[in-house]
Amino acid sequence: MLRARRFWPLALVAAVALFLAACEGGEEQPATGTPRAQQPTGAPITIGMMYDGTGATQLIGVAYKAGFEDYINLINSKGGIDGHPINVIFCEHGYNADRGVECYENQKRGGAIGTVTYGTPITAAVIGRCNQDQIVCTFPGYGSAAAANGERFPYGFPIAASYWSQAGAAVRFVLDEWQREGKSGKPKIAYLFYDNPAGNEPREVLRTIAQREGLQLEEVAVPAPGTEMSSQVTRITQSIRPDWVITHLFGSSPSVSIKALKEAGFPLNRVVALVWGSGDADVEAAGGWAFAEGYYGLQFTAIGTDLPVLREITEMYRSQGKQPPDLMTKNNVYYMRGVANAAVMVEGIRNALRQKGYPITGADLKAGIEAIRGEVAGVVNLNLSARDHEGGGSVRIYQVRGGRWQLARDWFQGYRDVIESFVYR
Amino acid sequence: MINRECGVFRTTYQADMSLYGVPLARITVAAFALFFALVFPFVVDHKHLVWANFAGISIVAAIGLNLLTGYTGQISIGHAAFMATGGYTAAIMTTRADVPFWVGLIAGGVFASAYGLIVGLPSVRVKGFYLAIATLAAQFITEWIINHVEWIGGGFQASIIVPPASLGPVRFDTELEKYYLVLALVVLAVVAGLNIARSRLGRAFVAIRDRDVAAEIIGVDIFRYKLLSFMISSFFAGVAGALYVYYVGTATIEAFQISRSIEILAMIIIGGLGSILGSIFGAVFVVVLPLALEDILEFFRGVLPVTDIDTFVSQLKLMVFGGLIMLFLMVEPEGLNRLWRNVKDYFRVWPFSY
Repeated sequence: MLRARRFWPLALVAAVALFLAACEGGEEQPATGTPRAQQPTGAPITIGMMYDGTGATQLIGVAYKAGFEDYINLINSKGGIDGHPINVIFCEHGYNADRGVECYENQKRGGAIGTVTYGTPITAAVIGRCNQDQIVCTFPGYGSAAAANGERFPYGFPIAASYWSQAGAAVRFVLDEWQREGKSGKPKIAYLFYDNPAGNEPREVLRTIAQREGLQLEEVAVPAPGTEMSSQVTRITQSIRPDWVITHLFGSSPSVSIKALKEAGFPLNRVVALVWGSGDADVEAAGGWAFAEGYYGLQFTAIGTDLPVLREITEMYRSQGKQPPDLMTKNNVYYMRGVANAAVMVEGIRNALRQKGYPITGADLKAGIEAIRGEVAGVVNLNLSARDHEGGGSVRIYQVRGGRWQLARDWFQGYRDVIESFVYR
Repeated sequence: MINRECGVFRTTYQADMSLYGVPLARITVAAFALFFALVFPFVVDHKHLVWANFAGISIVAAIGLNLLTGYTGQISIGHAAFMATGGYTAAIMTTRADVPFWVGLIAGGVFASAYGLIVGLPSVRVKGFYLAIATLAAQFITEWIINHVEWIGGGFQASIIVPPASLGPVRFDTELEKYYLVLALVVLAVVAGLNIARSRLGRAFVAIRDRDVAAEIIGVDIFRYKLLSFMISSFFAGVAGALYVYYVGTATIEAFQISRSIEILAMIIIGGLGSILGSIFGAVFVVVLPLALEDILEFFRGVLPVTDIDTFVSQLKLMVFGGLIMLFLMVEPEGLNRLWRNVKDYFRVWPFSY
């Protein structure tokens, strides 16, 4: 018996050795894409894309990646950009900063001229490297709002309304609704936020705007993990009694907030959520579309299942004899964010090819993205420049009505001057 | 005539305290040092160098925690807080006072160790699970402070961007240069760890771990040594945190959360409590294995019948990783270090095991 036990370790060491040997050989890069209908002719252009397929926010990551991948495949199936196919090195990081650095280095080695640094901790961890290596890093909806300053972060691209711009737009929306309803005075606003760096970020902006407008603003923090907020909601409904609530929550906490506010009797058509509280899953987890009727959500992309770009993607799948992924409809909001991110990358590459011609570097892609003006693929509305990497911070507001998100207000900005005074301070 | 020893039998205190248990160890240690200094970085892929760097940083932190938990028996599930203290100290000093990186590194360690002294105070009174919860509280308090005190959290979203480390004319810019920086600190940490463990200090720690009342009776000043253990351990963690910040280029609180504390604890449990070598095994296991698994599963890319292969691989990787942790702990609950010792013992007396 003792002898048998002694052989165990040997067998395991052998197994480990085999594993290590196997890993030495595994140097091939992850390939992308499906067989293409129309083969591009030119040399490929490589970009990277990080996402999380495991961990707390994988619900977002998987749909985001699907949208990104489908849009790139669509471009490749139409012959690429000026004949150049786009090759994407995908990398799953499980929302872990260390893995994100590993992903970044891997993509850099693979020749990526730009990447998507999905996730706030990952963006924080690699942004210094992006500037140093001259690789364009895009992070719509996460990362720091200050990165909108293109002079300070030459290779960091939020390419979407930052939390500052979102907060400004939310207040603008609330005040406009207040006026539209013909009410007198100023509304009282409660800001319900997740107590992490991202949740705290818009507070200063909100205070500045509130002071200027003479609004009464109350801030209510929700500690991590945000799955319980009855005391916060009680405070809102019993003692603050605001006219409107602006929420800035993450993960499963948006759905908790919808549920708690509704159960406490607060009208959901007086609640507006920033972009990470306005997904399809947030509504469904809160108790369904009928339950959340009236809830407002900010978006920095167009959403909906009837967009022209989605019809094209569906067409591409059909022509290959396949069905489009159900994430397209079931998790439409995050899918669209992936599509939008890919569309901006593609547009940037297209501009870079026009301005300079193949081959393009990270610096050319930077100039290409900075040249984007107006709508891209019908999903985002950006006015980028070397100074403004956010693109103006325009948002749309959608409302839960009749079992889906319906457009409540088209592209608009809020308090641009205040936001800019923060970005360029 | 070659005489091979047939086991490790120590007959003097001198021998028991020696750094190398057997003569062969001197050669193997030298060989390993040469291999990692001269061969390893030049034969592996760039990607594997990144793994090695993260593993190295983890080794420094794990050795620190092992001195506290493995040697002194004081459990800490707030070690990421000490890493954060060291990391933010280094970041603040580098960006605002413009000090050279080595000053930041040492200051990170010193500040973390002062903080460890405060956090360690309850250890004088409470033990076991109660101490675990006290250190857990330190973890949350630290996170809260960094999130909310702007002077500390600074920068953007409680993260501070730090320029690459440089020492005189040498700038630690590329992955290879950073590898040597990490390697140098790992060597220092290992040497320091081994020497602490085998000296008077380490013996006092072990005495406290095995039976604190007995230790006190034979003259070990528990108050002093428990706090010393906390301070030394936090110093290692602080240096690891500062190293992390210089390596990654950003001090961000999201890198030092509770999951990091658990990860370091997992490293020393998997590697072997109360062993410096075990800390190394554990850190390499926890950091490198998931990444290596990803590479292995990459081979089966074409074979697996799923649509979103990237996501599937990442999920399967976690399952296999979890399974392997359980397997190794079931085979040898005392950790990888014990496993390694069993292998050594087997060969030492081979072919006459009895």
